[in-house]
Amino acid sequence: MSPDPTSAEATQHLQIAPSFRARGLTKIYRVGEVDVVALRGVDLELYPGEFVVLLGASGSGKSTLLNILGGLDDPTSGDVWFRDHDLVHATDKELTRYRRDHVGFVFQFYNLIPSLTARENVALITDIAANAMTPDAALALVGLGHRVDHFPAQLSGGEQQRVAIARAIAKRPDVLLCDEPTGALDVQTGIAVLEALERVNRELKTTTAVITHNAVIAEMADRVMTMSDGRIVRTERNTQRRQARELVW
Amino acid sequence: MTALHRKLLRDLWILRGPVLAIGLVMACGVATFVMSLSVLSTLYRTRAAYYDRYRFADVFIPVKRAPIALTERLAEIPDVLSVETRIAQYVNLDLADLKEPASGRLISIPDRGPPRLNDLFLREGRWPEPERTDEALVSDGFATAHGLHPGATVRAILNGRRQDLRVVGIALSPEFIYQIRPGEILPDDRRFGIFWMRRRALEAAFQMEGAFNEASLSLSARALEREVVRRADALTAEFGGTGAYGREDQSSHKFVSNEMNELRGMALVIPTIFLVVAAWLLQVVTSRLIGTQREQIATLKAFGYSNTEIGAHYIQLALVMTGLGTLLGMGVGVWLGQGVAAMYVRFFHFPSLQFQLDSRVALAAAAISTSAGVLSVARPVWKAMSLPPAEAMRPEVPITFGTSWLESSSLFRQAPVDVRMVVRSMARRPGRAVLNCLGLSLAVAVLVLGSFMLDGLNYVMESEFNVAQRQDMWLTFVEPTNHRVVADVAHLPGVLSVEPYRSVAVRVRSGPRERLLGLMGLQEQSRLYRIADVHRHVRPLPPTGLILSESLAEALSVGPGDSLRVEVLEGKRPVRALRVAGLVSDFQGEAAFARIDELHQLMQESDAVSGVFLTLDAARVDETYAALKETPRLVGVALKGAALKSLRETIVDNILKMRAFNVGFACIIACGVIYNSARITLSERSRELATLRVIGFSRGEITRILLGELGILTLLALPVGLAIGHLLADAVIRLAYNTELFRIPLVISRWTDAFAASVLLMAAAASGWLMSRRLARLDLVAVLKTRE
Repeated sequence: MSPDPTSAEATQHLQIAPSFRARGLTKIYRVGEVDVVALRGVDLELYPGEFVVLLGASGSGKSTLLNILGGLDDPTSGDVWFRDHDLVHATDKELTRYRRDHVGFVFQFYNLIPSLTARENVALITDIAANAMTPDAALALVGLGHRVDHFPAQLSGGEQQRVAIARAIAKRPDVLLCDEPTGALDVQTGIAVLEALERVNRELKTTTAVITHNAVIAEMADRVMTMSDGRIVRTERNTQRRQARELVW
Repeated sequence: MTALHRKLLRDLWILRGPVLAIGLVMACGVATFVMSLSVLSTLYRTRAAYYDRYRFADVFIPVKRAPIALTERLAEIPDVLSVETRIAQYVNLDLADLKEPASGRLISIPDRGPPRLNDLFLREGRWPEPERTDEALVSDGFATAHGLHPGATVRAILNGRRQDLRVVGIALSPEFIYQIRPGEILPDDRRFGIFWMRRRALEAAFQMEGAFNEASLSLSARALEREVVRRADALTAEFGGTGAYGREDQSSHKFVSNEMNELRGMALVIPTIFLVVAAWLLQVVTSRLIGTQREQIATLKAFGYSNTEIGAHYIQLALVMTGLGTLLGMGVGVWLGQGVAAMYVRFFHFPSLQFQLDSRVALAAAAISTSAGVLSVARPVWKAMSLPPAEAMRPEVPITFGTSWLESSSLFRQAPVDVRMVVRSMARRPGRAVLNCLGLSLAVAVLVLGSFMLDGLNYVMESEFNVAQRQDMWLTFVEPTNHRVVADVAHLPGVLSVEPYRSVAVRVRSGPRERLLGLMGLQEQSRLYRIADVHRHVRPLPPTGLILSESLAEALSVGPGDSLRVEVLEGKRPVRALRVAGLVSDFQGEAAFARIDELHQLMQESDAVSGVFLTLDAARVDETYAALKETPRLVGVALKGAALKSLRETIVDNILKMRAFNVGFACIIACGVIYNSARITLSERSRELATLRVIGFSRGEITRILLGELGILTLLALPVGLAIGHLLADAVIRLAYNTELFRIPLVISRWTDAFAASVLLMAAAASGWLMSRRLARLDLVAVLKTRE
C-alpha cells in the first residue's frame, strides 16, 4: 500500500473541494474523576464519494473523531467544516438540521428502536428526510427486502446491522459514518454488512467513513488513516480497493 | 401514521402494565376530585334554586304571641321586602305504627293561597281547603317513613285534645331541607314530622286569633341583616321575642351549610391529595421510564430529529397515559357522583337533586392531570436531550462506589454479598431510594386518609353516648315547667332515674361579637348528662360562672376569667354579666353550661325545668312509651337508641360507602406505585442481574437482590407513610371537620394503621411475586448481548 499519483481518483481529490475539513481537533472528556484526552490535534480531509477507513486500537480516539464529524459531539478546541457548515460553532438547531440533511450513522450496537419493525425503523428517517428513498427500497439495497416486517429482536445481529445501514442510507446522505459496524458480528455476517456499505458507496456515491480496529477491513478503502493515542499517525492510499467478499479475518 | 407514532403505540403496548397502573392511579385521583366537587356544586346550585323559587326567608323572628298588627311595623323596617307571619306549635303525635311517642310541628299557611315566604313544593296531593280545619300537608320525610299518602290520617294532641289530621298532600319546604327537632343533630323522620294547616285551624286550636308566634322577612340585597335583626328584636321584645336570626342560624340552613363545608373540605383536601399523589407518582414513574429510553432519544437525535419533535413524542406518551386515566376517572367520578347525590337525597329533602358534572371541575381535573403528565416527561426528556447524542449513547459512567462509614462497619463486611449489593445499590443512589420510599409512603398515607374518618366518628359516638350523655331518653317540655314534673315523670312506669335540666335561649355578647344559643343548666352532680371533653374527662360544673365549649369561646374571643354579657330572651328577659369559669373541648360545637341554680337565679325563678333526662328499665320500656304518649306538653322525646340507630343508618352508612371507595382507590394507588417501582427497577437492573446469573448466582439470589431493595424500601415506607398519613389526616380534620356544629377529633385507630400497613405489604408481596416471575423468564443471552 502506497500513495499512487496516477490513480484517477487521487487526482480527483486534489482538484475537488473536500467534504470535510478538520484542523487541530482536540477533545478532553471528564470521566468520573479523571480527564481523558481523546483527541490531541487532529487534521483531516474527506472527499466526496470517498471510502475511508479509520484504523486504531480501542481508546485511540477514532469514535470521538467520528462523533465530532457527525455533529454528535463537540471538540474541546479546533475547527471542523462540512462544505460551508461550521460544525464547531453551529447551534444545536443547526446541528440537528445538518444531521437530518446530510449524515447517516451506523453504530456498533445498531441502536434500532426495539418497538419498531425493520421497515418502521427505516421509515423513522424517511419520514423526516427531504429526498428519501422508500424504506422498502433501502432495505432491498442491503439485501433485506424479505424481512421488512420483522422486529429487531427477531433478526440476527448482521440483519439488525443491515437494517441500521438501510436506515442510515435511506435519506441518500452525503456522508455515512460507521462506528465499528462489524464489531459485534461474526466474519460471515460482518462481510455481508460490509458488502452493503460497499454497494451504497458505489451506487449512491456516498462519502463513507468506517472506523474499526480490524486492519483487514482497511483493504476495501480508498484511504486508510491510522489513529493512535488521539492522533492520526499515518494516512495511506490503497492502489486497489478489494471487494468486501474477498476479505478474510 | 408516521413511524414515530407507531413507536408511540408500540411503546404504550409494551409498557401496558405500567401504563395501566399509572392510568388507574390517575383515574382514582380524578374520580374523587370530580365526584366530590361536582356533588358540592350540585348541592349549591340545587339549594340556591330551591331557595329562590320557593322564597326562603332571610330573617326568622320567633315570638311568644304578637298581634297581627305588628306585621306592618315589621314591614316598615328599612330594606324589608316582605313579611309573612304564622302560627307554629310542637305537638305530640300518637301513631299506631310506633310504640314510642313521636312529635310534630304544626305550621300555619295562609287561609288562601301559598305562603308569601317559605313556600311549599307539593310532591303529592293538593293544598288543604281553606274552610277545612282538619286537613294538613305532611312533610315528605315523615310521609315516606310511615308510608303516608293523601287520604291517611295522623292523630295529634293539639292543646291537650286529640285530633285526627287528614293528610291531603305531601310537601317539602326550603325551611326543612334538613329536618330535625330542635336540640338534636340528626334527623329522625319516623319520630318527627312537619304538618302545614290552614291558619284558621291553628288559630282555633291554640287560641291564636289575630295573633302569630313566628314571623319571617325577606330582605333587599343591600340590607344589613344585623341591623334588621336589631330592629325586629326591638319591636318584638314586648311580645316575648326570643331573638330574631338570619339564615346562618336557621337550623336546616345551618346543617346543610355545615354538610357542604365538610364536603368542601373533603372535596378539596382528600381528592386533591389523591390527585397530587397520583400526579407525583406519575412524574416519578414516567421519568424513570423515560430514563430507560435515553439511548433511543440519542439515536433519534443522531438522525436529525429535533428537540421539539422528540419532546412532542414523549409528551404524547404522557398525555395518552394521563388522558386514559383522566377519562376513566371522569366516568367513574360521574357515576360515583350520582350515587353520592342519591345518598344525600336520603337526608336532605330537595324537590329534586340531579347530579351534574361541573364543567369547571372537569377542566380543572384535566388540567391538573395533564400538567402532571407533561411535567413528568419534561425533565427526563430534557435531560436526555441536553446530553450530546454521542454521550447519551455511551453506557452511563459507573457510579463511584466510595467507601462510606457503612463499608467500614464490621457488621456490613460480615454481611452476605447479596445484602451488601442491596445496601450499596441504595446508598449509591440515595436520591432515587428516597423518592421510591416516599412514593410508597404516600401510598400508605393515602390509605390512612381513606379510612381514618370512621375512627373519629366512632370515638365521638362512644364519647357522646357512653361518657357524656348516659340517659336513655331526653324529654323536652313545651314550656318551662314546675319542678314537680320531675316527681311525676319519676313515677311513670319503667323510669329508673330522672334528672332535670333548664335550658334558656340567650344572646351572649363579648364586645362586638355575639351568638344566639341555648344556655344549658345542669344539676351539680349531674350523672346522666355530663360535660366531657374530647379526652373523655368529665368536667365538674363550677359553683358559679359558665363553662363554654372551645368553639364558642373562639367565636366570642373570650377565655376563662373573662366576663360575658348574657341577654336572656325569655321570661323577664334579664341581662347579666356572667364570668367564664372554664372551657371544654367538646365535639358538639358551640355550647354553654352553668349550674341549674345559677340559671334559676338568672331567671329570677325558683325551680323551673325545661326537660328531664331519664334512664329506663329496658324490660318495661313499652309501658313507659305508652304513658308518655298520654303525657301532655312534651315537645320532644329523644331516644338514645333511636339516635344511635339513625346515626348508624345515615352518616355511618354514608361514611362507610365513601370509605369503601377511598380505600379501594388508595389500594389501587398503593399497588400502582409498588408495581411500577419494581417493574422499573427490574428494567434498570436486568443487565446487571443477568450478568450475575451468568457468573453463577442462583435465581433465588438475584431475586433476593432485586426484591431486597423493594423490601427494605417498603419497610422504611411503613413508619414514614403512617406519619405522613397522620399529618394529612390532621390537616383534613382542621380544614373540614372543625365547624360550629361538629368537631371530630383526630383519632386514628391501630386498626386503620394496621390496615394501611398490611395493604402495602400485600401489594409489595404481589409485586414481588410478579417480578420474580419476570426474573425467571429473563433471557440471559439476549439481555447481555443487546444494550438497551
